[in-house]
Amino acid sequence: MAETETAPPGADAARRGWMRVLALADAAELDRAYAMLGELPPRQWLRRPETGMAMVRARSGGTGAQFNLGEITVTRCAVALADGVTGVAYVRGRAERHAEQAAMADALMQLPHWRERVRAALIEPLAQAHAARRQARAQDAAHTKVDFFTLVRGED
Amino acid sequence: MESQLSRDAAEAAPLAAGGALLPGFDDPVADAQAVFRATLQALSHPGRVIELAARSGVPRGLSPAMAAVLLTLADGDAPLWLPSGVGADVARFLRFHCGCRIMGRPGMAVFAAVPAGFEPPALADCHPGDPAYPDRSATLILEVASLTDGEPLRLAGPGIRDAQILRVAGLPAGFPAQWQENHRRFPLGVDVLLTSGRRLCGLPRTCRMEA
Repeated sequence: MAETETAPPGADAARRGWMRVLALADAAELDRAYAMLGELPPRQWLRRPETGMAMVRARSGGTGAQFNLGEITVTRCAVALADGVTGVAYVRGRAERHAEQAAMADALMQLPHWRERVRAALIEPLAQAHAARRQARAQDAAHTKVDFFTLVRGED
Repeated sequence: MESQLSRDAAEAAPLAAGGALLPGFDDPVADAQAVFRATLQALSHPGRVIELAARSGVPRGLSPAMAAVLLTLADGDAPLWLPSGVGADVARFLRFHCGCRIMGRPGMAVFAAVPAGFEPPALADCHPGDPAYPDRSATLILEVASLTDGEPLRLAGPGIRDAQILRVAGLPAGFPAQWQENHRRFPLGVDVLLTSGRRLCGLPRTCRMEA
């Protein structure tokens, strides 16, 4: 809450944006891009990666009452860098390495002298890869679309 | 969303407002279990002083023992009360690691933690539990100056064979009188954990106290 009050309003939205990209990234792609960052500043664990369950709530058709769709496995962790910057990650599955890398990237994105490098090496390629995956899936799904139409049968 | 990302990120300032967050226990599971066990021991043997071995980050204003007890006991189902004026770092630390809500009145909290230098609430202002569920009472965690020297208190009651002498310095004025009243309300009442540095001592409501 304290952060929301002191940081400019755009900062939260921006951070939410890159945290989303990091959480949705393919673990192998993130791993490859992360390795290219080179020497990283020392970090301290605030919370080591830990796996738990989260209840996914859903609403059918966008209008019905909320119900518990089911539980998913979530891994979370938090790191602190030397100058008091905190990086946090919540990712799906038992993905300790993914969570650690996402939290580190979140912390680095908050450091002005790291931000451009991390964005170019990690955030933008991963966001593009995610968009491409989504589009490929949408196209696959579009192939199976059936348009129903009824011929006039001239009965009346 | 990608376009919004690049636009907004340009304005993003470093988000590290205030002091840095500190880590919790070195070994979250084993340390929390050890402190839980120590707290059980403390409440089963009122007046016995127990040294806590678990290490954790300690935000400024808390003692290691109080930080350890709160990390162990407070959670999302156990709202906490802190005196007004306790540093924002303490509240952030506890919210982050325990996920506990911090309440405005001691009567609404399951734990009331009073670090050194703050006025504790009257025992009567803490939640004493319901007659049907006396276990729903609050526990007051109180930092004192010392648990090894100071005025000797003679304790008796369940968990004590004959009498237990507790030397404690820095109890709030009028505490023995408040304690008589708290003890008299049994099965309702408040349990107290005294902390000092790394030391912990339990005063369950069943305990009788003579100055």
